[in-house]
Amino acid sequence: MSAAKKQPGKPTSDKDNLPCSYARFGPDEPLKLDCGVDLLNLTIAYNTHGTLNADKSNAIMICHALTGDQFVASEHPITGRAGWWQYVVGPGKPIDTDRFFVICTNVLGSCMGTSGPETVNPETGKPYGLEFPVFTIADMVRAQVMLLDHLEIPDLLCVAGGSMGGMQALEWAAKYPDRVCSAIPIAAAAKHSAQNIAFHELGRQAIFADPDWHGGAYALKGTVPSKGLAVARMAAHITYLSEPALHNKFGRNLQDRDKPTFGFEADFQVESYLRYQGSTFVDRFDANAYLYLTRAMDYFDLSTEYGGNLANAFRDTPTRFCVISFTSDWLFPTSENRAIVEALNAVAANVSFVEIESDKGHDSFLLDVPEMFAAMTGFIDAAAAPRNIPQRAA
Amino acid sequence: MAEAPPQAHLHRVDFVVIADMIAKGARVLDVGCNDGGLLKLLSEECNVDGRGMELSQRGVNECVARGLSVVQGDADSDLEQYPDQAFDYVILSQTIQATHRPRYVIEQMLRIGRQAIVSFPNFGHWRIRLYIALQGRMPKNAALPLEWYETPNIHFCTIKDFVALCDVSEVRIEEQIALNAQGRRVHLGGGSRVANLFAEQAVFRLTR
Repeated sequence: MSAAKKQPGKPTSDKDNLPCSYARFGPDEPLKLDCGVDLLNLTIAYNTHGTLNADKSNAIMICHALTGDQFVASEHPITGRAGWWQYVVGPGKPIDTDRFFVICTNVLGSCMGTSGPETVNPETGKPYGLEFPVFTIADMVRAQVMLLDHLEIPDLLCVAGGSMGGMQALEWAAKYPDRVCSAIPIAAAAKHSAQNIAFHELGRQAIFADPDWHGGAYALKGTVPSKGLAVARMAAHITYLSEPALHNKFGRNLQDRDKPTFGFEADFQVESYLRYQGSTFVDRFDANAYLYLTRAMDYFDLSTEYGGNLANAFRDTPTRFCVISFTSDWLFPTSENRAIVEALNAVAANVSFVEIESDKGHDSFLLDVPEMFAAMTGFIDAAAAPRNIPQRAA
Repeated sequence: MAEAPPQAHLHRVDFVVIADMIAKGARVLDVGCNDGGLLKLLSEECNVDGRGMELSQRGVNECVARGLSVVQGDADSDLEQYPDQAFDYVILSQTIQATHRPRYVIEQMLRIGRQAIVSFPNFGHWRIRLYIALQGRMPKNAALPLEWYETPNIHFCTIKDFVALCDVSEVRIEEQIALNAQGRRVHLGGGSRVANLFAEQAVFRLTR
């Protein structure tokens, strides 16, 4: 991997030169945010895979999760790791780039090239930090709609995503039903639960408590709140797994030693693993972006705009839905996913619902889960059939 | 409702009879759709806008992988989610005997659909009567391989019983077709008495 690793305190202008595309909107094309602010000079960093067909009928929008990015099917420029959904997106994969045109943006407010708290505020010449307006899941989708218009694509064959990506898929389907032929919200919810808000608050407090955070102005101070962000990540990471997954992977095994040290080193493998997860995360993620993105998820409750009745969000929807959940996911449990299905059934929408047996917890949607691939493949191909898209190669 | 046993034939005879009853392009909900065999047939032959509900997650996942729109759900409790008159037809094929509340299920079907189609094995068939008469035990055969204490089929009925249920529920029988062991139609002749004795299964089309 040749791309330079982000060094603490190093300016982040390299986010303008990532191996991806950028759409830059002028001050005359504001992104109108839910908080009332018009965000000017929006930049959207995104990747595409495959080829848009002549009918423009084969576009699929993939929405990433909290700490994901646009490197859905290509090597990550900082970590050097394969695309985060390498099992799902690619030639011959469920989201088959031989037949579909895949778009994946870095969501609004994140830190891989799209406008966010790390971006320089044109009014002050300094990074926004906490001056960046607080935005919502709906705002993320509005930014994606701007990109879709910019690319002159009328509608999407499919919008797919897991976790926060699933929230975006639901938002897309609710607000732009005529532009969404099908939607695959995976391990998602139509509202963020109290428990999930609580976990996010824990993460944010860890960042706030880091003296290097400096009220969000760490870029100006030349520091990085690595410790706070790492702790936030460690706590969150636990919620992405499951008790059986942790037990199977680590048990009570000790790390490189035969007996406990009677101290506070990482005696247990699970501690060592979590510390590693925390420390590698800070190399690729911005602490302020983490604050904003978790806030956007906390604010998400699709039913509020529809009189508290989620079904109203989907009345007369032409969109086909495939809702997918995992048995061991306790962050976005099957019950939350089933609530989406029940709302869709209440308006007799075209919906499939697949619960997949997995002990890997919430993160299952990112892993090699053949049952999920089979469901996605069948669903997407059925949605593609009436849109003049060639059949999957046998 | 208990899980339905795997079905022996992909294109069962009752599927063909049901397909004949359904108008082209109709909106259809198949309750207890198993692996989606009927839904697939209906979407290919009748171009229906088909949905399914299936209790077993394995069946659901198979259906979705085949491109069918199917949700996991229980006929005994989950039909309540659907709005009134959302479908042209609601189908219950070879499933009523495995429901806990057959009457309630039929009533729900006619609430959410304009028509209901129900196919079921006829427990009044002479061979079953003879089996009980001679053996003195609950019948077991190729179609009913499980012991009484293991079978998911907890609510068997005869054709006569089913007609009685339609009566008490004030459901109108629009069409009834009885099939013998070879899958051929049994002519009802002098009323349903003959059918009740010689039909191995029956398909009813119902309205309110």
